[in-house]
Amino acid sequence: MSEVRELAESVFEKSATAGTELDTALWAALEETGLARLTLPEGAGGSGAAYADAAEVLQAAGEHAARVPLVETDLLAGWLLHAHGLAVPGGPLTAVAADLGSDGTLARVPWARGAAGIVVLTPAEVLLLPADGLEVDGGTNLAEEPRDTVRVTADPSARADAVPGTGAEFRLRAALGRAQLLAGAARGALERTVRYAGERVQFGRPIGRFQAVQQQLALAASEVAASGAAAAAAAATVDRDGFGAPSAAFAVAAAKARAGEAAGEVARIAHQVHGAIGFTREHDLRLLTTRLWAWRDEDGSDAHWQAELGATVLAAGPEALWPMVTGSP
Amino acid sequence: MARVTSTLRRLPALVPPPTELPPRAAALRAEVRAFLAEERAAGAWTPRADVWLSGWDERFTRELGRRGWLGMTIPVEYGGHGLGALDRYVVTEELLAAGAPVAAHWVADRQIGPTLMRFGTEEQRQRYLPRIAAGECYFGIGMSEPDAGSDLAAVRTRAVQVDGGWELTGTKVWTSGAHHAHAFFALARSAPKDEGNRHAGLSQFIVDLDSPGVQIRPIPLLTGAHHFNEVVFERVFVPDAQVLGELGAGWAQVTGELAFERSGPERFLSTFPLLVAMLGELAATPGVEREVGRIVARLWTLRRMSLAVAGSLESGEAPELAAAVVKDLGTRFENEIVDAARTLVDLPPDPGAEPGFARLLADAVLHAPGFTLRGGTNEVLRGIVARGMGLR
Repeated sequence: MSEVRELAESVFEKSATAGTELDTALWAALEETGLARLTLPEGAGGSGAAYADAAEVLQAAGEHAARVPLVETDLLAGWLLHAHGLAVPGGPLTAVAADLGSDGTLARVPWARGAAGIVVLTPAEVLLLPADGLEVDGGTNLAEEPRDTVRVTADPSARADAVPGTGAEFRLRAALGRAQLLAGAARGALERTVRYAGERVQFGRPIGRFQAVQQQLALAASEVAASGAAAAAAAATVDRDGFGAPSAAFAVAAAKARAGEAAGEVARIAHQVHGAIGFTREHDLRLLTTRLWAWRDEDGSDAHWQAELGATVLAAGPEALWPMVTGSP
Repeated sequence: MARVTSTLRRLPALVPPPTELPPRAAALRAEVRAFLAEERAAGAWTPRADVWLSGWDERFTRELGRRGWLGMTIPVEYGGHGLGALDRYVVTEELLAAGAPVAAHWVADRQIGPTLMRFGTEEQRQRYLPRIAAGECYFGIGMSEPDAGSDLAAVRTRAVQVDGGWELTGTKVWTSGAHHAHAFFALARSAPKDEGNRHAGLSQFIVDLDSPGVQIRPIPLLTGAHHFNEVVFERVFVPDAQVLGELGAGWAQVTGELAFERSGPERFLSTFPLLVAMLGELAATPGVEREVGRIVARLWTLRRMSLAVAGSLESGEAPELAAAVVKDLGTRFENEIVDAARTLVDLPPDPGAEPGFARLLADAVLHAPGFTLRGGTNEVLRGIVARGMGLR
């Protein structure tokens, strides 16, 4: 296990499972260890780490169902502000790409309640909205994570004209981060399920001793492996080529699509092996499977990214497929 | 307060971290692509599915040898090129993606060379490696028997010690290319079976296939094509110098050999030429983006997984669990391409057609059953994965 992964594990192990709101104690630990702003440059209060490192931390966050806006703060809000010459405030942040319409409402903003500020990327501008100028109406995703409706009641505390291409990069960053979380949650669900199969006794032996169950768990493992490998490889591709490269757009689309596909299969097998107990409120399996179901459809569903990838491939023609897959024109 | 995972026993890593190819790989890849484009322009061969079973072309193989693309990992003093497994990976994936005829050298280049480097004597290396690297010596695999498929420890071929060597008697099956090959590695029982340790007493022998007492008979595929063979030994003499590795250590040697063959690009590219032909047919078809994207996302992921395992093998690790996962996912993916082609393109497969979509689809459909059988059935591989996770 890498050093950053070990550090992340040691921090996330302390995360609490009860509750649905932002885990403030965990957030404080992430700030202290430098994990909260991992990829931001040191000049912006970050750690200047690679996306490959962020991938490890985010996969660990997903595995532990951590209730913190890591992707939103580091990969999205912090980046938007810093890339546009604006100061990055402390505390948990969130970000959304939306046209702030005449009614001044933003829909389904992740972690808006509890955030110190919301960064909005409109078609023309980057805006920083401080928490005290907002009315927040609570909403959630399938995992009961905050996805709030926000009414903007005050002027932004900072603003800048959006650099061309920011919208496209925002989508890729959000999808790359989500893919890591999905991969981690899939691994967490498998880990719990393998343990349960070793403990639950029926017909006189642990159910994990039955070949039928073993075969299912192996199928789940291959999906978890695919999800983790795709997400990690996409991060490595971005480290090598940058978000602006066609290879990065290809890799991120493929990773989010693949991790999204894996999510459903892993959740299905995890619940099937757990039997009825996994389907109850009292059992923690739901913390991971509801995240798998929620996250696969956030920041572009697998269908969305498949269609985008397919359109790219079809437009390039048959002979361009292999060069695209290998990233070697 | 409850914790999500703090009390869990940790799962092992299911796949190694991403591997990036060395910078020199780009130039090598460009050379291989230029060569393949030349060959295709000259009509030397047409892209086919499942070429590593069915594309036997000794001219092509010798040409690869001449260009330094066989035995790449074999040291220079044995006629090889002293390069890394990742260099070989680049060449191999380019050849397979192009649907080039690679069957003649496939087994020799993939596993015989590395195994001889690991277990072979100096004499054995000198005898075979330079000719393997030149593309002039072809090998088969003598593992399976009529009563020993997935349960390889059940082999019954006997090796009886005689003056100066061993006498082998028994039957091997599914040996691809034995009717063209020069030699194969035969797994045989050299000591009586011990029911307490079924893996003991097995040894590997290098058998020249023109030895007296060897009979090679075709086992036609369901298409009638001749790739598989039954190889029968009737007291075939194998000199002591042709024992491979350690007597009695055959099981460990064979399982090591299988690690080379589980996670390479041939485990997800067998039907890639059909995918390319499918894209050609779909050029003007609206509404297929999603299904195409789904397949491509899976392909890209598999390649990155397979590369990660290759990188891990290169650094001396033996990621058995990850290799099994790649083969399970990859060989199922080879079938998914067939499903996608059938779903998206309304053309019946035609085994007699000119090279193109209908012909590739026919080849792929008819060869598909083998994908999830060869090199260990997917069910057996899932058993390995389950064991790796502590379930058995």
